[in-house]
Amino acid sequence: MSDTPTPPEPENVESPEKSKRKVAIFGRNFSVGALAAWIGLFALLALLAVGMLRNQEGPVTVGETVPDFTLTTFEGEQISLADLKDKVVVLNFWASWCKPCEEEAADLETAWRIYEPGGEVVFLGVDYVDTETEAQIYLEKFDITYPNGPDLRTKISQAFRIRGVPETYIIDKNGKLAAFKISPFLSLAEIQGMIDPLLAVQN
Amino acid sequence: MMINRRSFFIIYVILVLISLTGILLPLDGALAQEISPSGPTDDEVNAIAKQLYCPVCENIPLDVCPTQACTQWRELIREKLTEGWKEDEIKNYFVAQYGDRVLAAPPARGLNWLVYIIPPLAIVGGGYILYRALKAWKQVPPVSEEESQSFAEQDDEYAARIEEELRRR
Repeated sequence: MSDTPTPPEPENVESPEKSKRKVAIFGRNFSVGALAAWIGLFALLALLAVGMLRNQEGPVTVGETVPDFTLTTFEGEQISLADLKDKVVVLNFWASWCKPCEEEAADLETAWRIYEPGGEVVFLGVDYVDTETEAQIYLEKFDITYPNGPDLRTKISQAFRIRGVPETYIIDKNGKLAAFKISPFLSLAEIQGMIDPLLAVQN
Repeated sequence: MMINRRSFFIIYVILVLISLTGILLPLDGALAQEISPSGPTDDEVNAIAKQLYCPVCENIPLDVCPTQACTQWRELIREKLTEGWKEDEIKNYFVAQYGDRVLAAPPARGLNWLVYIIPPLAIVGGGYILYRALKAWKQVPPVSEEESQSFAEQDDEYAARIEEELRRR
């Protein structure tokens, strides 16, 4: 037994066990824990970036292929956009609590009755964030006969990235967005003015 | 030394998780309600409404939202309560109709888990970093007698060099 004090172990000298848990990247040593933390942080930032980019995406633009969707009508019928190829589709977003929607409701129904016999145009009403009871009262009030259904889980409105109601999207026979209206139509002529040029175009 | 540090960390994590669980658990139980025979009261409707958010009026809970859309939603809750629906059934109905975003607290599935995992992880991680920093700060090794003597010798050597330089000028 000696009285000589043992020299303190230097702090910066690591035991072999510790140094094994280090990973060298770009000439720098990282412990496995630190590396995992950095990877986690970068993954989180990447997720945030993707989310922010998605939020900044604007609405569907003219000429762009419209996202496919399936509308389940209040009667339970399922209508898929993919099944409406070779037809012009008028997709109207509305709600019973939306006063401006009432301004165009009658004109939309009149337009539908004009185009329905030709079979080239399909009108679809998407009821946005509404209750079925109020929606049915609205449909009855304006005697709307074209297919209408709720925007279940707001999937259709999110796919079109709508900003409010009413909004109407006119889809050409090739499934591309031909025109849109971000406010109520002011007249029947305005609706026809958007649809007629598309009927003249051959597929 | 290593065992102590690890056990301290584990205890710290457990304490944080217990405290978080203690904060979160009472939320569910406190909201169970009985519906009176005369029909649901406004309070009963609002107890559910305050857990929902209408996508039209973002960031305003349904119980205090003044728009017509929200009034209709509250009426829908009243209808469902009158029909004998339970709170969870009503909330599930709203989710099925309008999506997860109507819920005040996102359901714990998929990427939503991040919302529940990251804050406690950040607290635990931050606490650990703080603990390490404080420990490192506290354990600055005292200068031994030998080292201080060596510093003094070095000082003398430098002082002698400076003196010599000054003498040369």
